[in-house]
Amino acid sequence: MIIGLLGIQGDLEEHAEATRKAFLSLGLEGRVLLVRTPEELRRTDALIISGGESTTMWKLLKKSGLFEDLRMYQNPLFGTCAGLILLASGGVGDSEKTGQEFLGKIDAVVNRNAFGRQRESFSVDIEFDDFSSPFHAVFIRAPVIESLGPRGEVLSTYNGKIVAARQDHVLITAFHPELTDDVRVHEYFIRMAASSK
Amino acid sequence: MERRGTDQIKRGFAKMVKHGVIMDVTNAEQAKVAEEAGAVSVMALERVPADIRAQGGVARMADPLKIIEIMDAVTIPVMAKVRIGHTAEAQILEALGVDMIDESEVLTPADEEHHIDKSKFTVPFVCGARDLGEALRRINEGAAMIRTKGEAGTGNVVEAVRHMHRINDEIKRIQGMAERGEPLDEIATSYRVPLDLVEKTAKLGRLPVVNFAAGGIATPADAALMMQMGADGVFVGSGIFKSKDPKRMARAIVQAVLNYDKPENLLEVSKGLGGAMEGLDIRSMEEKDKLQHRGV
Repeated sequence: MIIGLLGIQGDLEEHAEATRKAFLSLGLEGRVLLVRTPEELRRTDALIISGGESTTMWKLLKKSGLFEDLRMYQNPLFGTCAGLILLASGGVGDSEKTGQEFLGKIDAVVNRNAFGRQRESFSVDIEFDDFSSPFHAVFIRAPVIESLGPRGEVLSTYNGKIVAARQDHVLITAFHPELTDDVRVHEYFIRMAASSK
Repeated sequence: MERRGTDQIKRGFAKMVKHGVIMDVTNAEQAKVAEEAGAVSVMALERVPADIRAQGGVARMADPLKIIEIMDAVTIPVMAKVRIGHTAEAQILEALGVDMIDESEVLTPADEEHHIDKSKFTVPFVCGARDLGEALRRINEGAAMIRTKGEAGTGNVVEAVRHMHRINDEIKRIQGMAERGEPLDEIATSYRVPLDLVEKTAKLGRLPVVNFAAGGIATPADAALMMQMGADGVFVGSGIFKSKDPKRMARAIVQAVLNYDKPENLLEVSKGLGGAMEGLDIRSMEEKDKLQHRGV
């Protein structure tokens, strides 16, 4: 399986490392491909959109034309933080300020920087789907999912806010699983991608 | 229980701006130009380094109202500079809520012996370095991100290149020593940092925090050069808004960082930029005029 990693900007190396570790721990064959062109995107079986600055990613995707290719992309997707914002269907708060466009891959309305600026960034143990023990989630200038469509499934909440969800084969987290050594969320995505083939 | 201001969170913030361009801006209008061009963050200032250099006098933290104007104008993170060792300026910027503080040699140092104890802050810091010893001392003080010092406000990339090479070479050296099983305690003593930080760096084969290039980057080609040398991203100070066509230069430098390994793309974005900022020959400068000697 080839998992693409959208290579515009952000913590790409951390996602690549976590994905490789997850392949290993699952005992699955797979590799990570950095995606900056439509040709590279076409070679992938699934795609991860990393953390970073969603405004920056959106503007650069629009310029390169890759935004439209992503709209058409039918394979499994995983977005963390900025990636979650891009995959969402709409936004309130800061997203309205920039006129941000969304890929609409998951029926979810997001609130950007919902917890505040960097000073308010935090980490905390949360429950995630059927994980047997809590997951240490790192939230950095993080968004939250304000509302999720009827086909969406909530995977994790914190203080009453949805911070992880999926719909069919699209997975989104407001936090950064790639910043910890715990690769269970990446394993979750790879299993999801493998089962959708 | 929620944790804030841990190394993981502070260093994590720096990781989110990787492969990006951080631009110096002096007002809301410039901040919007930077955001529109695809900057990952802006550095809010009253004067860009080239003007600080030209005008002289004591350069201090910007007026908070100036920073607020910029914070209100954009949704990308906003950074601001404090004088080396000026803990109170840093406290003010933390209270203001900037996303990262640059303890910067571009401003006039407030303390010639000590840097700020950055581990005491919730907000992350970035600091300049010319070599591995400086970089590790700053990290040991709590810096969550390092940038080369280069020579700010000159439009001349030569010092940033020198500093990036030096850091890379010194990491390679300790990596080799570690692989051969040679002790690193003398290195740690000469760098004035704990041994485990040197060992960790040797094991990683890179700095344990994000490392950007800064100081003299003036063209898309300069930015690409620094990325090819292994920088995680670039700061562009005077290079954007002292150029003939800032909007175009801003877009071109962002594209150059994105496609730093693709000469055809670099060629396209380098065309017809209308002129980069005027530059200074480092060799014609007096040592006392170089900002990089501040805060080692």
